[in-house]
Amino acid sequence: MLKIDNLHAEVDGAGGKKAILKGLSLEVPAGEVHAIMGPNGAGKSTLANVLGGKPGYEVTQGSVAFKGEDLFDLDPHERAATGLFLGFQYPVEIPGVSNVQFLREALNSQRKYRGEEALSGGEFLKLAKDKAALLKMDMEMLKRQVNVGFSGGEKKRAEMVQMGILDPSFAVLDETDSGLDIDALRIVGEGINSIMRSGDKGVLLITHYQRLLDVVKPDRVSVLAGGRIVQTGGPELALRLEAEGYDAVMAEAAA
Amino acid sequence: MTEAQTLPTRRDEAWRYADIDAVQRLGIAALDTWQDIAVADGETWQDTMVIGSDAPELRRIRLTLGAGATAAIFVTNTGRDFTRVEVEVTLGKGAHFEFGGVTIGGGDAVREFVTTTIHAEPDATSNQTVRAVHWGTGTGNFLGEIKVARHAQKTDAAQDFKGLLLEAGASANAVPQLEIFADDVKCAHGATVGQLDEAARYYMAARGLSPEQSQRLLVQAFLGDAFVELDDEAAREKLLDAALTALEGASL
Repeated sequence: MLKIDNLHAEVDGAGGKKAILKGLSLEVPAGEVHAIMGPNGAGKSTLANVLGGKPGYEVTQGSVAFKGEDLFDLDPHERAATGLFLGFQYPVEIPGVSNVQFLREALNSQRKYRGEEALSGGEFLKLAKDKAALLKMDMEMLKRQVNVGFSGGEKKRAEMVQMGILDPSFAVLDETDSGLDIDALRIVGEGINSIMRSGDKGVLLITHYQRLLDVVKPDRVSVLAGGRIVQTGGPELALRLEAEGYDAVMAEAAA
Repeated sequence: MTEAQTLPTRRDEAWRYADIDAVQRLGIAALDTWQDIAVADGETWQDTMVIGSDAPELRRIRLTLGAGATAAIFVTNTGRDFTRVEVEVTLGKGAHFEFGGVTIGGGDAVREFVTTTIHAEPDATSNQTVRAVHWGTGTGNFLGEIKVARHAQKTDAAQDFKGLLLEAGASANAVPQLEIFADDVKCAHGATVGQLDEAARYYMAARGLSPEQSQRLLVQAFLGDAFVELDDEAAREKLLDAALTALEGASL
């Protein structure tokens, strides 16, 4: 479903361009939740940003195929309409725009791109209500401005409500668990399961911690370090990383 | 009666950012077209207007508010040539004046609001909110003068200007001018000029909104403040729609 091949990418920084991804290859078939873990500075967020098409990132080599299409042929909004959802580590505040207006326009824009009919106001509100309930979010919050005045945890929960409403076929979730308390973590994890656990969907779950993986239970776990995938295994790999640390597990892999 | 004997020049403070060539095309006669409106004690008056065409336009309004009177003007200025709306208001005791204005457009046209708010008596309030959205080499100006007479104590006057420039080459000018002779007054003014929030645009794209759609939503949110005091929802929609129609074809 998502096939990343030998991806090299640079980011614009203060001291010019800096290479972050250095030959990253990874394949996530439909029906799989693939967790990516790795030390700080490994390139995890860069991977998410490159997949999303964030300005300031340049792909210098390699390719990404998404549902058989060349991902880099698509503008960011076209990637979304094709079914890619990006969960932000730091969701952005948009003063003056309500969640309801934002998400209804976003969903209908995606549907139009796919040649589907737009949802009416009533249909959309019913959908939004269902998905907000799934994440135990008060519908009143959806009437407020996008992420404005939301706590860190509320922002992440709102991201999952957005994901539920947009119903993507593939989600790249960048540290969706950061800033969540234990209860919110479980709600978000269960949200990911109910929205994305399906034979025709896939998830790339970028995280630092085992706690979210206790709930979401990945099929595969990869370690990203130095801009490449250095090790891939089953869910037990995440447990070993948690117990022994990156250095020990990676040293063993290199040996 | 002819008031204007000569055309203004850029040396005149109230015309320093104006398109003087366009003023010459308008001619001296256009300068004499003051619309005088008196709002009686305790009465309320409101006007909303969409102004702007392919020719230069000048609208001059002179308001006199009696004690406790309220007047409000809301304008969307979409001129594709020099388009200037001038308001001179004299407030009686306890009167209130509300002004909400939007200038929006590209090309090389200058759109401007020029207000003179005279707090002649005590206890009056005034509030002015102007938003300017420009691209190309388009310009939006807000020249707002507030005069507070010596005995106009407890005056509360506010001015707020924000400019949003969609590309380099566009400009926005804010000239607040305060002339205060009373000592127990509140006069607030603020002015900022910025660009669209790129982080917000990327976030919106990641949810499926095209660059045109995200720009439209962000501009709509930006303009909202100018008409927030306008209670008539249909009138507010009309002013916003005119602005967003003018936005079509703006650089992204």
